[in-house]
Amino acid sequence: MKLKNILMAGSFLAAAGATTAMAADCGIDGGRLSIIGNEFPAIQTVARNAQACEGLSDAEANLTADHQTINLPGMQGNPAEYTTAIVANSSIVALINEDVIRPLDDLIAAHGQDIPTQQLITINGQVMAVAFMANAQHLVYRADILEQIGAEPPKTYEEMLAAAETIRSEGILEYPLGGAYAAGWNLAQEFVNMYLGHGGSFYEPGTAQVSINNEAGVATLEMLKALSEYMNPDFLTHDSNATSAEWEAGNVALMNMWGSRTGVLMDAEGSEPQVYENTAVAGPMTVAGAGTPASTLWWDGWTVAKNISDEDAEATFKAMKHGISPAILNDETMGQAVWMIEGYTPAPVNEGVFSAISMGTTPYPMLPHHGLLHTALGDNIADFLQGDESAEQTLSDIEAAYTAAAREKGFVN
Amino acid sequence: MKHNAFFWFVLPSATAMMLFIFFPIVSVVIQSFHVAHEQVIIEVENCGPFGCTTATAIDQEATAALREEQPLGRFAGLEIYKDRNHLAVNEFAQTWQQSEGIGDFVVRLMNLPFYKALGFTLTYVAVVTPLTILFGFIIAVAVNSAARSLRGPLIFFTLLPNIVTPLIGGLILFWMVDARGVIGTALRYLADDPSLSVKADTGLMWIMLMVYGVWSSAPFAFIVYYAGLQTVSTDTLEAARIDGASRWQQIRHVVIPHLLPLTTFIALIQLMDNFRVFEPIISFNAQAHATSLSWAIYNDLSGETQQLSSAAATSVLTVIGVAILLSPVLVRTYRSYGKA
Amino acid sequence: MASKAQKRPLALQIVLFVTLVVWMIAAAFPFFWTLWGSFKVEADFFSLNNWTNALTGRMTEIETGDTFTTQGYYGAWVQEEFWRAAWNSTLVCLFVVSISLTFGTLGGYALARSTYRYAFWFLLIALIFRAMPPITLVSGYLPVFFDWNIWGYLPTAIIVLVAINQPFTLWMLHSFFKNIPQDLDESAMVDGCTRFQAFRYVIIPVMWPGVITTGLFSFLLAYNDFAVTAMILDKQNQTMVPKIASFLGTTQTKGNVMFAVAAVVSTTAPLFLLIMFFQRQIVSGLTAGAVKG
Repeated sequence: MKLKNILMAGSFLAAAGATTAMAADCGIDGGRLSIIGNEFPAIQTVARNAQACEGLSDAEANLTADHQTINLPGMQGNPAEYTTAIVANSSIVALINEDVIRPLDDLIAAHGQDIPTQQLITINGQVMAVAFMANAQHLVYRADILEQIGAEPPKTYEEMLAAAETIRSEGILEYPLGGAYAAGWNLAQEFVNMYLGHGGSFYEPGTAQVSINNEAGVATLEMLKALSEYMNPDFLTHDSNATSAEWEAGNVALMNMWGSRTGVLMDAEGSEPQVYENTAVAGPMTVAGAGTPASTLWWDGWTVAKNISDEDAEATFKAMKHGISPAILNDETMGQAVWMIEGYTPAPVNEGVFSAISMGTTPYPMLPHHGLLHTALGDNIADFLQGDESAEQTLSDIEAAYTAAAREKGFVN
Repeated sequence: MKHNAFFWFVLPSATAMMLFIFFPIVSVVIQSFHVAHEQVIIEVENCGPFGCTTATAIDQEATAALREEQPLGRFAGLEIYKDRNHLAVNEFAQTWQQSEGIGDFVVRLMNLPFYKALGFTLTYVAVVTPLTILFGFIIAVAVNSAARSLRGPLIFFTLLPNIVTPLIGGLILFWMVDARGVIGTALRYLADDPSLSVKADTGLMWIMLMVYGVWSSAPFAFIVYYAGLQTVSTDTLEAARIDGASRWQQIRHVVIPHLLPLTTFIALIQLMDNFRVFEPIISFNAQAHATSLSWAIYNDLSGETQQLSSAAATSVLTVIGVAILLSPVLVRTYRSYGKA
Repeated sequence: MASKAQKRPLALQIVLFVTLVVWMIAAAFPFFWTLWGSFKVEADFFSLNNWTNALTGRMTEIETGDTFTTQGYYGAWVQEEFWRAAWNSTLVCLFVVSISLTFGTLGGYALARSTYRYAFWFLLIALIFRAMPPITLVSGYLPVFFDWNIWGYLPTAIIVLVAINQPFTLWMLHSFFKNIPQDLDESAMVDGCTRFQAFRYVIIPVMWPGVITTGLFSFLLAYNDFAVTAMILDKQNQTMVPKIASFLGTTQTKGNVMFAVAAVVSTTAPLFLLIMFFQRQIVSGLTAGAVKG
């Protein structure tokens, strides 16, 4: 079997080179661990530490950007390929909808009494996930430019617009605002932020019937458009990568950006000292005089698959619990995320996310049908921002697109 | 060839296609006729690190029973095909009645996602296919006229647009055409318009996508034509020349007829590939300006909640579209089959 | 064709020369720009300040002290162990090309020699199969592959790529075989060979030109595939293109774009050598057989 040998050689090489964390005693006696999740450094740290537990009969991790497409089919089989999926509050619903993850109450009662309650994600009274890190979008500003125009960091979007106007009229920057407004997921996310900031609610209470074609919806679109007028004309193609690049090039003075991306904006790489030394963060802004900020809170956490043996579930639970224990924090891992782990000391760069939490920002909606609305938003808002149609028309297009999709998925009739 | 021998010869190929293309297609078609079960929605309280909220969730127990009974979901017939996100039968009729004149109708129709995608897809096919064939031919003639020792490197460089993965090729070109990138700056200079930005304008974005399309698929047409040019019979050309045919007449009456079957082949493959245009829209973040049918499928599958039935319906419509598009070529091939 | 007897007029020479130069610039300029830029830092390569920074390496000098840096290459090959993905890609390409061609030559030969109508329908259906967007097919594979426990392995991706590539391969090879005179194998069969023996001893020796050209396209498909390999392969077995995609970062976290650029540039070099090495075979392959629609 020559062919097999060659193919095996590839997998062997791959396995041998994987970095391993220090082996740890997690009280596991047999059982399988197989992780599926996104691939950013914080999740890699968690996975590496969970895999380091002794006593696991099998410890694997598949961390990839395509995890959302793979995790569902990978957990639907019996036994499931993956014993745990690392998800966020937007992506956990796809797993709950298909009923592939198990309630963790029994496991917590038996082995997880020491997990702080605030880390537990409860749905309808049952713990479905354990969160370990937080994220939010908030204000990032250039201290030197604000000083030059004599303005304080804006606390509201109205102040942001005023500051942008001053910066432009004084000829400092032509396009002073930035933002991940790329049509699709990013733009929809900005709508969700702003709509919640306006105090809007997406659905008729207790149902999956969408209702956004209202004053809050129109005001949201108008505000997005007003902001976009101070952005680079290409804003509809700027995702968070492109927006960050604009920032580092020193072309932008104010933007609403993910807390997890601010660290690299402040380091010495990619920009000139004048830019990175003056980059500062503040909490998310409010809009239209409302109390809650126009932003959403996000968490990342782990779940345990339903279609696996109780032995595997217990081993997975223990290993993942070790993966997010205070023991994993060290100089290298400390800065990788806003950890919700005891012993975590935040750096100045994390101030934005922390004030988002303390200001009572709304969490991103964890609803079974919200993914469909997010997609519909992303597909339609660009028409309005380009001036092709009225706000009402755009909102009714969104509602119609959502309703058609929700009908197909059985959420509305 | 005897039936028996034919069977054994095509068996490996047929098995592979059966397993990995035919069966999935059958399941896609079936999927497109089904919608998910009615989800029983209940109001629940969700708690997490940021406090508790009242929300909705699916009542799993109530839904599980329904799923058990009909694992595929509810049979819906053509409902998905007819809904707003696909053929939009009702909205189409409504638009037809309400609009003033054909221009207005087209503008309103473009507000429906399927027709918007179809509009770009068809324009793309109509522009890119002939241009690819034309450029491929011209390049093939040019390379064929170069010194023999140069042809190897020339072939390599011609293939480059095809070799560099679109993922990165697109990213680099995306930066190059940025208003501040090297091509963008050149365009501004040439057009003498300091506010020109390819990425901000729908028309320019379409043009750029099509230029990219021609650029990246011209090498394919080139290779096939180049192969064809090697086999043009020198005797026939010689004879034509002796008969006093001009250079143009030689090309017109000898070379082009010789290359005609190749053109059919390229057209067939290019029509199909262009109808499935997808990668450039992603690489250029162009979805605000242009969408295609394949993009719509990708969009359905890549959301937080996958819309399998919707993607299945669009896929079936894509296959039907390709079949319609190819039918003239196929009928021609059918007639000539067995003669060649 | 370029015989001496057919001297081109000067004007035509110039037109052809200009066409060639313009096309070569269009085809190769982005690549050379990338090659140059791969030795810079990201702030220069995607310079939003002033595009000339990409030429002068201003930020590169500020950040690394030199106008050229090999950080991208080091990052991709050493830190991120890109060689593993390169090895996986080599295996995938090798097997996809050889299996596709084996299946394709057998099938293509039969289709070219059969005079029955069903052979045409077979080709036609294969062509319609090709119209199915691969992403739809892949989403259909996932549940089944997980169920059978074959998800994530190289052989699975290889056989899927072979299958998806079959319609094109069949169509193309069928045209090549049509060009090989039927008398050749028929006379062998008159001499007492079976159909397979005729194929083995008479056709195989003369079919290489067509096979090499078709192989080139199979290779490009396997080499560039993203839709299938990204979804079907486990992280450990990842091929180059998904690996490169993973350097690009996500919405919430920054990636290492220069690693991706360096990886792309450094994988093009072996291809250049490959094409130079097979140059004669490719050119003669193209010479010997034309494709027919």
